[in-house]
Amino acid sequence: MTLLQDSPATRKPPGLLAATLVVLRKDLLIEWRTRARLNALVFFAISTLLLFSFALGANTTALRQHAAGYFWLAIIFASILSLSESFRIEGENHALEGLKLAAIDARAVFIGKALGNTVLLWGLGIVLAPLSIAVFDLKVKMSLWALFGIIGIGSMAISAAGTFYSAIASNARARDVLLPILLFPVLVPVIISSVGATALIFEGDPMGQMRSWTGMLGVLNVIYWALGLVLFPRITEDI
Amino acid sequence: MAEAAFQIADVSKRYGPRWALARLTFSLERGKSLLLTGHNGSGKSTLLKLLGTATAPTFGKLTLFGLDAVSDREAIRRRVALLSHASYLYEDLTAEQNLVVLGRLLGVADPPAAARAVIERVGMTKRADHAVRTFSAGMRKRIAIARLLLKKPDLALLDEPFGELDPEGIAVMEGFIRELRAGGTTVVLATHLIEQGQSLTDTRLHLAEGRTLEAA
Repeated sequence: MTLLQDSPATRKPPGLLAATLVVLRKDLLIEWRTRARLNALVFFAISTLLLFSFALGANTTALRQHAAGYFWLAIIFASILSLSESFRIEGENHALEGLKLAAIDARAVFIGKALGNTVLLWGLGIVLAPLSIAVFDLKVKMSLWALFGIIGIGSMAISAAGTFYSAIASNARARDVLLPILLFPVLVPVIISSVGATALIFEGDPMGQMRSWTGMLGVLNVIYWALGLVLFPRITEDI
Repeated sequence: MAEAAFQIADVSKRYGPRWALARLTFSLERGKSLLLTGHNGSGKSTLLKLLGTATAPTFGKLTLFGLDAVSDREAIRRRVALLSHASYLYEDLTAEQNLVVLGRLLGVADPPAAARAVIERVGMTKRADHAVRTFSAGMRKRIAIARLLLKKPDLALLDEPFGELDPEGIAVMEGFIRELRAGGTTVVLATHLIEQGQSLTDTRLHLAEGRTLEAA
């Protein structure tokens, strides 16, 4: 075949970082081309947030007190939609098998997809933050940048664990039910730490607890990302 | 004896309680082409998936180009391309974007240019910027062929390549298979169109219920 000038023998396959960027770019491009799905995710999260506020009624003290919790629950519920979608697109036409047969390092698929999910959840959190502040009548006692930072590391932890479990659930018949069943118990420490750190942003940190919560989130990130890197290649070879 | 493209030694594959292949032994010389025949469920697709390292044997030893299909699968995957019932395409990306992604993963020198070249070769230039979701089954098949051309494999595994193609598409596909063979690529072709398949291949392996019924 003389169609392409280069020969497979002279081709230099991308390393882990370059392959990760290919996967990340591909996932973000798909999200951009299907913006209706992205909008649905944002509206789902906003609806969840508003439902919490309606459920508690006019009790503004209770709303303010638990606002950080409602904020993270809205993100976590919405994350189930985006994480499921992330592997649904790989299931269509067996695209994940296509990636595998292109001899891509499976770790690059994990990192690329988890980073793609992180970007989505982080963006979602940034959209939800001002809305939460308005709906729950919150005051930001610490920096807004610190809030965005916490949303970022919280999103990373959710995405690492979520990407791994959505890959497992993607081949199951009841995958929409299976993913939250598998994922929510694992995310309990992430919810506790993220809510704890976010609450300090709104209520102030006179006792200097922020470092403990962010440290915990950091450790959870190391654990989830490391486990994902080790275990993901095994599950993709079985898919 | 010429180097073997692949050697299947007493290979079996089980899916749950069902044996898709049972104790199959066969080898094919490099550069030769094989016609794989058999009824639906006879194990043709399973054999192609095994050769493409999409799945691993339950028992037995499979080597491709002297490499072990399990421990050396990364190296094998760079040399083998599988045209299967699944197109491996992302529905929401355009034909060109799909091929650029593959080109980048394969380390092709200029992925956008290479993608455009193979799209032109399969006669899909006018639809290059359209999402795969809008394509007919035949068009998807053509883009799947473009994926195979982009890979330039040493071993091409073609599972029902004429399915879903119109007469023009079938003629194009036959041309591709002849081109592949002329370029020294080993071809394994699974099809129900036996006469057409025989005119394109050197040898034939007929499977029934996962076993070799006849090799000629």
